[in-house]
Amino acid sequence: MRKGNRMINESIAYLLLNIDKYYDAVIIHIEISLAAIAVSFMIAVPLGIWCSKNGRISYSVINAFTILRIIPSLAVLVLAMPILGTGFVPALFALTLLAIPPILINTYSGFRNIDPSVLECATGMGMNASRILVGIEIPLAMPLILTGLRTSAAEVIASATLASYIGAGGLGDFIFTGIGMNDVRIVLIGGMSVALLSVLTEISLAAVQHMVTKYQRD
Amino acid sequence: MARTAIEFRNVSKQYANTSQYAVAGVNMRISEGSFITILGTSGSGKTTLLKMVNRIYEATSGEILYFGEHIHNLNLEEYRRKIGYVIQQVGLFPHMTVEENIGTIPQLLKWDTDTIAKRVDALLELVCLSPLDFKKRYPRQLSGGQQQRVGLARAMAADPGIMLMDEPFGAIDAITRQNLQEELIRIQRKLNKTILFVTHDVNEAFKLGEKVVIMHEGTIQQFDTPYGIITKPANGYVARLIETQDIVQRLKVLKAQSVMLPVDPQLSDCAFRVGTEESLHNILTYFLENDQKHVLVEDNRRGIVGKITWEQLKGSTRQGKVLSA
Ligand SMILES: Nc1ncnc2c1ncn2[C@@H]1O[C@H](COP(=O)(O)OP(=O)(O)O)[C@@H](O)[C@H]1O
Ligand SMILES: [Mg+2]
Repeated sequence: MRKGNRMINESIAYLLLNIDKYYDAVIIHIEISLAAIAVSFMIAVPLGIWCSKNGRISYSVINAFTILRIIPSLAVLVLAMPILGTGFVPALFALTLLAIPPILINTYSGFRNIDPSVLECATGMGMNASRILVGIEIPLAMPLILTGLRTSAAEVIASATLASYIGAGGLGDFIFTGIGMNDVRIVLIGGMSVALLSVLTEISLAAVQHMVTKYQRD
Repeated sequence: MARTAIEFRNVSKQYANTSQYAVAGVNMRISEGSFITILGTSGSGKTTLLKMVNRIYEATSGEILYFGEHIHNLNLEEYRRKIGYVIQQVGLFPHMTVEENIGTIPQLLKWDTDTIAKRVDALLELVCLSPLDFKKRYPRQLSGGQQQRVGLARAMAADPGIMLMDEPFGAIDAITRQNLQEELIRIQRKLNKTILFVTHDVNEAFKLGEKVVIMHEGTIQQFDTPYGIITKPANGYVARLIETQDIVQRLKVLKAQSVMLPVDPQLSDCAFRVGTEESLHNILTYFLENDQKHVLVEDNRRGIVGKITWEQLKGSTRQGKVLSA
C-alpha cells in the first residue's frame, strides 16, 4: 500500500517536471482521436444509410468492413507506413478504419429496425424522402448510431496510443517511453490519462444518448 | 348530385414476379361525402386497391381520378396531404409526442404555432381524448385504442376531404372497436368526409358503409348499399359471404330508411317514432317487447317520412335469407 502511494507520488513528480510535454501529448491524443471519430462518422453513417436501403449489396459492404476489423490496428499502422509515411496521416487512416465498422453496423441496424408502417404513414401523409430521412429515420436510428459511436470512440481512444509507434505522438509516447526506460511511473501517467479520456468520453456520449432516448422511457 | 371524389377506370395491378393480378379491371365511382367500405377475405386485393389511391402502390394499368383529375398529373406530396391515411399498424412516430404527431402535416403546410395548437386540441376532443391528458404523451404510453384515435386525429389534421383506412380497428379489442366504429360514424356524419374503409369483417362493413364494395380475387363482386347486398346478392360468392351473418346481425345493419314504406305526411297517429338511422334490430325488439305492429319513421326535423310494419320486417329478413340460400 505504501509502495503504491510512493509510486503515484513519484509519477506526479515526473509529470510536473514534464508538464509541457504532457500537455502536448494529451492535445495530440485528443486531436487524433477526434479526427478519426469524425471522419469515420462522416463515412460510416451515410454508408450505413445507403446499405440499409440497398438490400443485396449491403451484406458485401458490411462484411468487408467487418473483415478489415480483424486486422490488428498495429498491423494496419505498420502496413500503411510505406504508403502514407509516418506521423499523423497514417495514424488517422488506421484509426478511421478501426472506427468505421461499429458505426456502420449500428447505423444499418438502426435504419433496418424502423417499423415499416411508420415510414408508410409518413409517405402516405405527404412527406418526401428527405423530410422522412431528417424528421423520422435519423431520429429513430439515432440511439443505435450513438451506441456505435460509443464503441468506436472507446476503441479509437485506446488505440490512438499505438499512433506514437509511428511517430504521431500522443499519450502513447509516455507509455512507450516508460516501457523503453523500464519506468513504471511514466507508463502509469500515460495509461491513467488514456483511461481518464475514455471515461470522460463515455460519460458525455452516454448523456447524449440518454437525451435522445427519452421517448423510450416513461 | 354529389361530385365524384374518386373514380377508378379499369384499374389493374400486378405485382412484380407474380402471375396473377392483385386487382383486375376495377371500375368504380366514389361520391363525395360517402362512407364506402371495401369488404373481402384476406388476399382479395382490398389493400392494393386502397393504396393505389394515394400512390403507395402504382396501378399497372387503368386510371384513377381525383375530382376528375388524373392523380399522376397532381403533385404527389401535395395530393397526399389532401388524403387522410390510417392503417391497422397505426404507424405513429414513436419519437414524437401525441401533439407533435398530430401537428406533422400542419407543420409541413407552415401553419403558425397557435393555429396548430388549437387544431390539435380540437382534434383530440373530436376523437374523445382529453387534450390535457394526452398531448404530451409518447405513443408507447397509449393503449392500442388510444393510439388509433391519435392516428385518426393525425390523419384528419389538415382537414382532408378523403380518408383512406385499411382495417384501422382490426387489432383492437371488440368493445373498444365498437366504440371506435360509432365514433367514426359520428365524425363522418359531422364532417361529411369521403371515407374508403377496408375491412374483412362483414358486420363492420355493413355497419359502417353507406355502400359496400365486395372484392374477391381482385375484382369487384358487388357495389351496393348493405340493404341491396343483403336482399339482392349479385352472385353466389356474395350470397355465401353474407350468409356468415345471422338474421340478428342482418337486422342490425339494415336501417329504417332502407325498408320503410311511404306514408301520407299529414297522417300522424300516435304510433312510436324512430329515426331514419334506427336499425331494424331495435325496431324488432320494440315490436316484441311492446306487442306493436308498426312504427313511424321521422327525419331529423321530426317530419314523418315513412312507416315500418311487422309484416314488412318479416319480409325483409325472409327475402334476404331466401335469396342468399
Ligand atoms: N407487395 C406485394 N408484392 C407481391 N404481391 C403482393 C404484394 N402485396 C400484396 N400482394 C398480393 O396481392 C394479392 C392481394 O393482396 P392485398 O391487396 O394485400 O389483399 P387484402 O388486403 O385483401 O388482404 C394477394 O395475393 C397478395 O399476396
Ligand atoms: Mg389488407
